Amino acid sequence: MKLFKALFSIAITVLLIWALQTKFGDVPPVGEFLNPVSGFWQNAESKNLKSEENLHLVGLQGKVTIRFDEHRIPHIFAENDHDLYYAQGYLTARDRLWQMDIQTRSAAGRLSEIAGPKALDVDRYHRHMGMTYGAENTLKGIMKDPVMKGVIDAYTEGVNSYIHHLNKRDYPIEFKLLGYAPEEWKPINCAYLLKLMSETLAGGSDQFAMTNDLKRFGAKDVNDLFPDYPFHEDPIIPVGTQWNFKPLPVPKPSKDFIALMTDTIKPKERVPGIGSNNWAIAGNKSASGYPILANDPHLNLTFPSIWYQLQMTSPTVNVYGVSLPGAPCIVIGYNQKISWGVTNVDAAVLDWYQIKFKDNSKNEYWYNNRWNKTSKRVEVINIRGQQPIYDTVIYTHHGPVVYDNVSQKPKDAHNNIPVGDALRWIAHDESNEFLTFYLLNRGKNYDDYRKALTYYTAPAQNFIFASNDKDIAITPNGKMPLKYKDQGKFIMDGSDPANDWQGWIPYDQNPTVKNPPRGFVSSANQSSTDQTYPYYINWRFELYDRGKRINDRLKAMQNATIDSIRLMQMDNYSMRAQDILPTMLRYIDTSKLHANQLKVFQIVKKWDKHFAANSIGASIFNAWWLKLNDVIWDEFRDDKMLLNVPSFDRTEKLLLTEPNSKWFDIKSTPVKETCADVAMQSFVAIADQLLKSYGEPGEKWQWGNVKDTHINHLANLPGFGTGHFYASGTGAVINALRGGNGPSWRMVVQMGPQVKGFGVFPGGESGNPGSFYYEDMFTTWRDGKLNELLFLQSADEQSDRIKSTLILNK
Amino acid sequence: MLFLIILILSFISSYLLPWWAAALIAFLAALFIGKTSGKAFWSGFGAIFILWVILALIKSIPNDNILASRVIQLFPLPHQWVLLLLITALIGGLVGGMAALSGILTKKAIFKVKSPA
Repeated sequence: MKLFKALFSIAITVLLIWALQTKFGDVPPVGEFLNPVSGFWQNAESKNLKSEENLHLVGLQGKVTIRFDEHRIPHIFAENDHDLYYAQGYLTARDRLWQMDIQTRSAAGRLSEIAGPKALDVDRYHRHMGMTYGAENTLKGIMKDPVMKGVIDAYTEGVNSYIHHLNKRDYPIEFKLLGYAPEEWKPINCAYLLKLMSETLAGGSDQFAMTNDLKRFGAKDVNDLFPDYPFHEDPIIPVGTQWNFKPLPVPKPSKDFIALMTDTIKPKERVPGIGSNNWAIAGNKSASGYPILANDPHLNLTFPSIWYQLQMTSPTVNVYGVSLPGAPCIVIGYNQKISWGVTNVDAAVLDWYQIKFKDNSKNEYWYNNRWNKTSKRVEVINIRGQQPIYDTVIYTHHGPVVYDNVSQKPKDAHNNIPVGDALRWIAHDESNEFLTFYLLNRGKNYDDYRKALTYYTAPAQNFIFASNDKDIAITPNGKMPLKYKDQGKFIMDGSDPANDWQGWIPYDQNPTVKNPPRGFVSSANQSSTDQTYPYYINWRFELYDRGKRINDRLKAMQNATIDSIRLMQMDNYSMRAQDILPTMLRYIDTSKLHANQLKVFQIVKKWDKHFAANSIGASIFNAWWLKLNDVIWDEFRDDKMLLNVPSFDRTEKLLLTEPNSKWFDIKSTPVKETCADVAMQSFVAIADQLLKSYGEPGEKWQWGNVKDTHINHLANLPGFGTGHFYASGTGAVINALRGGNGPSWRMVVQMGPQVKGFGVFPGGESGNPGSFYYEDMFTTWRDGKLNELLFLQSADEQSDRIKSTLILNK
Repeated sequence: MLFLIILILSFISSYLLPWWAAALIAFLAALFIGKTSGKAFWSGFGAIFILWVILALIKSIPNDNILASRVIQLFPLPHQWVLLLLITALIGGLVGGMAALSGILTKKAIFKVKSPA
């Protein structure tokens, strides 16, 4: 009996410990996570930091001195370039290891390894899109270049040096929550980060929806509603800029082709409103006489931040700016001679081809009037708690067949011939983008800038530039395919060689402008050029609203200072409201409104067109505009078929110039609505809706309360983000803060003998939610302020902003 | 006595060994010097409970409890970080108590010690 009691008690104890160590579904191992010996309590960082720390690390060639400022931003001083990138890898891993792991894991289609079968669809999508294939090709390109091979290898060494010294109790908290361990960093992970950027900025498609539009509405309506140049535009390269080169012959269009219906396919949709701003003013517009450059890339805002800030110094370079955690070099920043920044071009570098296979084995496909062999790539997806899945992806010469069945085919087609859609994507090509940043980090003048850009492939960016030589320039740049006009606007016939990419636009013929007479250069993702540019880049870009406002303000600007530029980055003025609100208001018959609706009308009528946080007019206009678009384009709402809705620019043209258009009619009603009817109906609908949701117009109606602005943790962990905060801005104004997306890094650089940089990102340097540096820059960013960036000239330079020092020895 | 021995040995082991080493310590300590089942359980429970409170606070106080205040929001509980401390300590206490109880019961089974309980 006593023996039984003892054994029973031991069994209970062992079972208890086992249960505390085990992950049940999504619940982390409770004992592992909560115990203060190695669990999350160990991630609580003390506010008392050591002011001096010395470490010996294997692989270093010399001594590296790192000074940390009050935001714990590292300022690295290395004796050689190897150690510089080693230290960058080491420090980034120290602050952002989990972020580096999860981002590259996601790009590589390996989330199921840690999250189990629920991540299988995402993984499969990434594998089928050829992310791994593309990363392997990019790595090949990097490794061919001895300099960049050295950089990537040193960075990798640095990351692994940190990982090797990691005790279980020091694992970032997310590893403890998800119950897995950090793994060795590999050079290909750096390439995965590039693929991730291509996916975010040049990985969406609307060709499926466009092809469906074509089937549903016919070529005439589609050409009218989806024009190749917008109604309102103010292009990046100023109108009238001469193209001083002899263009290559443009390829001939293929014979007309409409792909089969693609109603069941759901590709990753192109997200409108992805964008960024940058601009640079010439010396004659600034108070100091030297150029000022500004950049604010708009991306998903997360904790930890997508950017990692640092200064990097070696005998060959002294550069300050932001890097991508997991990739070497500074992406956006400045040195003593030049500054540069980027916004997205949105070039047409992702095309779909319909493939006709010989039979269900899919070993051969029809191309150039004969059967060609496919190749097959087996993707092994490891799944936590299950057997791995072997997923075969078929490759044609175009690229991977992402979607290999289309359920519905026209009746007269040969039903036994299987079809699928192959992807041609720039992200699959061999490339070496890091070299561009490596060279910009060391750039001294305009020629260095131009040279650096020729090594850049994707995602194409508008590279802006300013120098101490008082040059300013901008270049929509990347490896851009030579195409016939509108090539790839719809899904193409993959059997016709005329539809292939026919070469590339030469780098020196990418649109560019240097020191234009207007005294400034700028971009906000709008059309790269006017319609005289001899090559096709894309048929649609982001709308002109931000770009136009930037250009209007810069035209008027004189004696600009850092502060005038900073305030401009926070500008909330809506070009859209300026263009369209007066017309919308004109259609309202106030005699038909009841008292409360009339109140709403008076507010929006008097609105100053700024999306300020305390503005009520902004909330009304925004709701009205969205509703109006919904009502006008009701023909494009279809649960069964993916359709592309005309752009806001097209809506504006419709309202301003085509009041009698057939599109104003609402399909579901027997009467024929007019422009005035839909304006009135949509206004009444949103006024009633707002009154119902928020009561009498007042504080609850304010834009900052209506708009749900927030920053989430990368894994959406509750309590690890900001929650809702009150903020101004919206997608189509310079201060493009909307939902969880917006200015992910605001930078302003005043060139001159003493370069002065200012900048801030929402978050902090540390990725550890238990650090005082996890979100210490958030409020500065939210309030529209910038930090002066500490740009040290030597490791010994004294500054009361330096709080601690780390010495790395070999 | 048992309480102090478990507390001190577990404290030292926390810097060297995994967290569940505390269970082994409680088990062995009770096996050797444990007297009654009740006392053993509460000694083990109390020692680990207190140890874990101390270990957690050593980390959390210089942190102004910012991490604990975030982590508690992952739980369907009121957002008071002290609750997290309490849960942590209770888990530790339960493991320590059960291990010590197992220790004393094993001792009784092997050595047939007379127990007043």
